[in-house]
Amino acid sequence: MVTANELLGGVLAKRPVGATGVMSWITTIDHKRIGILYGVTGFIFFILGGIEALLMRLQLSSADAGIVSPEVYNQLFTMHGTTMIFLVVMPLGAAFFNFMIPLMIGARDVAFPRLNAFSYWMFLFGAILLNVSFLTGGAPNVGWFAYSPLTSDTYSIGQGVDFWILGLLVLGVSSMAAAFNFIVTIVNMRAPGMTMMKIPVFVWMTLIISFLLILAFPVITVAITLLLLDRLFGTVFFDTAAGANPLLWQHFFWAFGHPEVYILILPAMGIVSEILPVFSRKPLFGYTVVVFSGVLIGVMGWGVWSHHMFTVGLGPVANSAFALITMFIAVPTGIKIFNWIATMWGGSIRFTTPMLFSIGFIGMFVIGGLSGVMHAVAPSDTQQSDTYFVVAHLHYVLFGGSIFGLFAGIYHWWPKITGRLLNEFLGKVQFWLFFIGFNVTFFPMHFLGLDGMPRRIYTYSEGQGWEFWNVVSTVGVFIIGLSLFVFIQNVVRTLRHGEKAGNDPWDGRTLEWSIPSPPPEYNFAQIPTVTDRDAHWAAKYSEGPDGRPVPKVQGAAQEEVDTRNIHMPTPSYYPVLLAAGLTLIAGGLVSHLVVSVIGGILALFSIYSWALEPATDPDAHRDHGAY
Amino acid sequence: MAVTTHEPEHPTSTGLSHRKLLMWTFLGSECLFFGTLIANHMINRNQAELLNGVSPACVLDIPITSASTFVLLMSSVAMVLAVTASERGDMKQLRIWLFMTAVLGATFLGFQVYEFSAFVDEGLTIGTNLYGSTFFILTGFHGVHVTVGVIWILSMLAASYRRSDLVIGNPLNVDITGLYWHFVDVVWIVIFTVVYLVGAIGLNCTEVV
Repeated sequence: MVTANELLGGVLAKRPVGATGVMSWITTIDHKRIGILYGVTGFIFFILGGIEALLMRLQLSSADAGIVSPEVYNQLFTMHGTTMIFLVVMPLGAAFFNFMIPLMIGARDVAFPRLNAFSYWMFLFGAILLNVSFLTGGAPNVGWFAYSPLTSDTYSIGQGVDFWILGLLVLGVSSMAAAFNFIVTIVNMRAPGMTMMKIPVFVWMTLIISFLLILAFPVITVAITLLLLDRLFGTVFFDTAAGANPLLWQHFFWAFGHPEVYILILPAMGIVSEILPVFSRKPLFGYTVVVFSGVLIGVMGWGVWSHHMFTVGLGPVANSAFALITMFIAVPTGIKIFNWIATMWGGSIRFTTPMLFSIGFIGMFVIGGLSGVMHAVAPSDTQQSDTYFVVAHLHYVLFGGSIFGLFAGIYHWWPKITGRLLNEFLGKVQFWLFFIGFNVTFFPMHFLGLDGMPRRIYTYSEGQGWEFWNVVSTVGVFIIGLSLFVFIQNVVRTLRHGEKAGNDPWDGRTLEWSIPSPPPEYNFAQIPTVTDRDAHWAAKYSEGPDGRPVPKVQGAAQEEVDTRNIHMPTPSYYPVLLAAGLTLIAGGLVSHLVVSVIGGILALFSIYSWALEPATDPDAHRDHGAY
Repeated sequence: MAVTTHEPEHPTSTGLSHRKLLMWTFLGSECLFFGTLIANHMINRNQAELLNGVSPACVLDIPITSASTFVLLMSSVAMVLAVTASERGDMKQLRIWLFMTAVLGATFLGFQVYEFSAFVDEGLTIGTNLYGSTFFILTGFHGVHVTVGVIWILSMLAASYRRSDLVIGNPLNVDITGLYWHFVDVVWIVIFTVVYLVGAIGLNCTEVV
């Protein structure tokens, strides 16, 4: 057999070997390692985005403050939004998709392990490309939705917007590649007996998100490509002087942007739908309804985008239609909230840290959802549009919703990922600091917004009555910062000295709790056969006459399986090389064309090598260690 | 397909192979990609006449584009024959039809190069007006897809000489190439209808310029 490597004279060693060291992480195709990479990278950007937020809050803590210049302030809010959405919430969600989906459906890996690695490296390189703009004379400064014609080369001189476009293009490829992978994995790799209506709700939500991703990202990809062509190659798509309609960008952006909102919140909804049943010792109330509410949100999410545009003058008919659909989408969301509450109702609840974060999620998301319904009323939105009321709303759903849900997931699955439990006391301290800090930061923004304080202003003059709540809000940021310090402390301590978790520390319900923590490379020594929803729970308990769970008498220990015969996919150089090549092509457009050419050659080499190497090297004999 | 495959695939939940499912989801995503570009063209093309430059009616040459459309559709026929040849394990026929598909695809690209240069000669470039921008970018992105397809098919042809296991032992590889190729053809039928046939209705070259 001739491989591309041999054709090219064996540029690279035959196949990466070794299970430890930096190189093993760079060439890994193990979904668990990739999940960890996503999680760690996402958390680092969470700190970075938080520092950006802190600087903005310091600037706004008093009237006429001069901590950052207006130019820097514009860069800060643009990069804060872009970072938190694309580099924090999405990858932290992806961390759980990666680590948990194969475990939850009883699979040994995702359908395309190398594509999965490629997704991660595209994410990392795209994130770096976006942030390099800070060093090259100005980050993007046009807001995260980058309205035209502000972004044209007439009004946005410098390369900030180009970096924003190219960074998002690279990140978009990453997200789409991951979404294709998860759709195929979930549809095609379920354990025997696990029908679609037996998969955990988190897996369902991931499937819905993946469909939203592959359908929404092409829209933004086209929109930013057209913008890039305008800026670099002289087309006139968004040139109002040539007759372009400036609203077209807004339609394109929000046709992507609103599904994106559900891409950000559905992972958290999936996570709490897993956690609430575990700590209530009851199955999820109304599984089918929760699943179809998620599907309905995914579908209706496509019909509400113009509620971001109520004030641009689309006319009463369009505004009424979008107002109505927006109110309707609150119905499936409300259904979920009632189902979560009903899940806890009558259960034997344990108030562990993941449970506290889940309940916090429900409360905060209800507040954010209600202010969302207020925005849905178009006349009311006219009053609130572009004020801090909107800032309060979006943080209640994205921070109080998504981030709370993600932290619930971190505490819940940490023992599965690392084999050790996080400290519960520190966890609860973190939760309360986080909860209080969050509300102190963002609740006052409701008052500021209704009092007329516009968003995206770098300062305000004295005597407008905005000083007090702005100070309160800034104090809240420090409480959040303190809670994150407690979290990092918790992580550092327990990684070494934490209590050993064992397979199933929470008395869990889904398949990931049936295998060791951390899971072996091949996950399941023997692929399980599934007969029930909550497969692991059904293996442990049967239903007693009063409806309470009765422990089953454990049968004979499972027969030993010779795991040496399990063939796992072999690590590969090409995912990271292809990602580097494609990012260099993008990077060349903001530096020198030679960079693009080098990137193109690297990408071509990687594509052919990737296609010609077998996914599982027949010559590889590896011992299966922990990942 | 009762042919032994090089890498036996594990049984899947749906019975479809992972890679075929991947290609279908990818094509679903591509629908939105081209859908956005086509919408962009339809929204913007009417603005063009108000402004400086060239009317679509003066530059569109429907007979020539009909010929190139016919060539592209025939390439889909050739692709079907290549797929069936690989399923039969008929290497000779497979090579012939892969080659024919690539030649027909390249011929279509030749038409496009001719068309683009003719438009530029008439004074319509990507920066002339909104019609120029949307026309060149929409058909250009389609052309990029055809180019990728031609390179892919030629790679399969080359592989049939060096790594015959990739094309004969594993008909799925040719099958997936075929899915992509047919999709690119179907998109062209939409573009041809919307941009050329519908796009020229009611326009008169003498009205503008």
